[in-house]
Amino acid sequence: MSSSLASFEPRGRRPKRLMSPASIMIYSVLFVAAIYYLIPLYVMVMTSLKGMPEIRIGNIFSPPVEVTFQPWATAWNSACTGLYCEGIKVGFFNSMKILVPSVILSIIIASVNGYALSNWRFKGSELFFTALIFGAFIPYQVMLYPLVIITRQLGIFGTLTGVIVIHTIFGMPILTLLFRNYFVSLPPELFKAARVDGAGFWRIFLQIMLPMSLPIFVVAVILQVTGIWNDFLFGVIFAGTKNFPMTVQLNNIVNSTQGVKEYNVNMAATILTGAVPLLVYFFSGKYFVRGIAAGAVKG
Amino acid sequence: MAVSRRPFAPMRNLNAKVAAVPMIVTVFVVFVGCTLWTVIYSFTSSRSLPTLDFVGMDQYVRLFRTSRWTVSLKNLAIFGILSLTFSLVLGFILAALMDQKVRFENTFRTIFLYPHALSFIVTGLVWQWILTPAYGVQKVVRDLGFETFNFPILTDGRFTIYAIVIAGLWQGTGLVMALMLAGLRNIDDEIWKAARVDGIPAWKTYLFIIIPMMRPVFITTLVIISATIVKVYDLVVALSNGGPGISSEVPAKYVYDFMFSRGNLGQGLAASTIMLTTVLIILVPWAMLEFRPEKRRGGGSK
Repeated sequence: MSSSLASFEPRGRRPKRLMSPASIMIYSVLFVAAIYYLIPLYVMVMTSLKGMPEIRIGNIFSPPVEVTFQPWATAWNSACTGLYCEGIKVGFFNSMKILVPSVILSIIIASVNGYALSNWRFKGSELFFTALIFGAFIPYQVMLYPLVIITRQLGIFGTLTGVIVIHTIFGMPILTLLFRNYFVSLPPELFKAARVDGAGFWRIFLQIMLPMSLPIFVVAVILQVTGIWNDFLFGVIFAGTKNFPMTVQLNNIVNSTQGVKEYNVNMAATILTGAVPLLVYFFSGKYFVRGIAAGAVKG
Repeated sequence: MAVSRRPFAPMRNLNAKVAAVPMIVTVFVVFVGCTLWTVIYSFTSSRSLPTLDFVGMDQYVRLFRTSRWTVSLKNLAIFGILSLTFSLVLGFILAALMDQKVRFENTFRTIFLYPHALSFIVTGLVWQWILTPAYGVQKVVRDLGFETFNFPILTDGRFTIYAIVIAGLWQGTGLVMALMLAGLRNIDDEIWKAARVDGIPAWKTYLFIIIPMMRPVFITTLVIISATIVKVYDLVVALSNGGPGISSEVPAKYVYDFMFSRGNLGQGLAASTIMLTTVLIILVPWAMLEFRPEKRRGGGSK
């Protein structure tokens, strides 16, 4: 498809004439694709603003005749997850309690680790790094049960601490890769000069590397915030029932079999759950792209 | 703890090693230790609690005699092949179109990539709603006048896995597009100039010059997507919960259910070992290709 499109362009991709047949086709394909991508978001918002009677007679694509914010209030305050009817807000605060320490802890550990691996290599450090990266490909399911045993032995199974430790462990490969590659790319003269001036491991890290690496920290924070917020598996296993994160609560609300299904409330709850990563995404733009691209850049 | 003299090797190593302790523990205990534990215990008769009563291949034999497992594998194959093919093809086409110096490139990219910021749970629930026969696409088309239109993608078990493919593609194609676009941008402009001088049409340049040049990007993307495909779990839980019946079950869900709700540990461990094997089959050839010529340090950065 792209080939037949592009063949209209006689000279490759350079020319910038806006109204040539080729560019009309390019824009229409992109436009149609964009609409396809936006439909679910549109449907979610529209459904969440309708009352249930309107949903039953209407069409998922039609905008609400009578706009109501009641579903949003219900979703936040009193939607039911099986036994409890305290709304998705419980999950929101649980997710926050999991998110903040996990992000901070995992980034501290991985940044220092990446720094050690780039500037202070020791015997075997490259081997461990390679093993770490390959470990990222092992399906989580393979390590789940032994981790349940280990966390239970440590007394942190089914607690916030437990799920935070798990997030820190599984965030390590990608974050270490990110920081290591960044520190390797910094001019080595900086490091050498600091060494000549007598600065040590921690001092170089805190006073020279850290001030220079704000962008990569932003990328790491974005990567972790979206990743941890969107996690379901670790939350459902390691957090314990009373700490279930928002994704787990959302799934329990929407897929619970009791009672009449309130689709508008379900969609409001779904938007609320997606809101945090979406906001991060819309406000971070190129940093988000850098974060996901980091996974594709070989170390 | 400033060190005034140029420190000797042991001191230097000590700090770096302390910093690397979490990594070393993770590699040894979690990646190696837990994986070995799972593989070893998959050969035992463990039920609700792990025991070291070895029964050879019994769990595996039982696994492959369970229809739910074979259905899971079949679904994973369908989901995997379709997701890979479509996300690579569509992702590349979108990237190639975006690379034609289009206006509003940032807007388009933002739109194509935003689903990737959403969780699989959110993705699954939205698509469940859009595809619900009573209210979603089927009803919309019927309301347009096609009264006999049937789109039982969620209620007829033969089709449910395709709903999961659709949702997965919606969530994941943007990522492929972003990776491909980065790859296209790395292609030297000289290549394009040379192709133009030789009068090669753009589509031929893409097909025979650019795509072969982007082989590493394609392979890396392929490996990354494959690894996530094998793990597919939340999307299925949210979209169909494996139903109707067992028609849209996947291996990761089999593992979870047998380990944590059914108290049949041996089955869960055997199933997860098969998942690991699948990943290794994808990963090992790639790793051998990728790391054959020694190119550490500076290999990744341009």
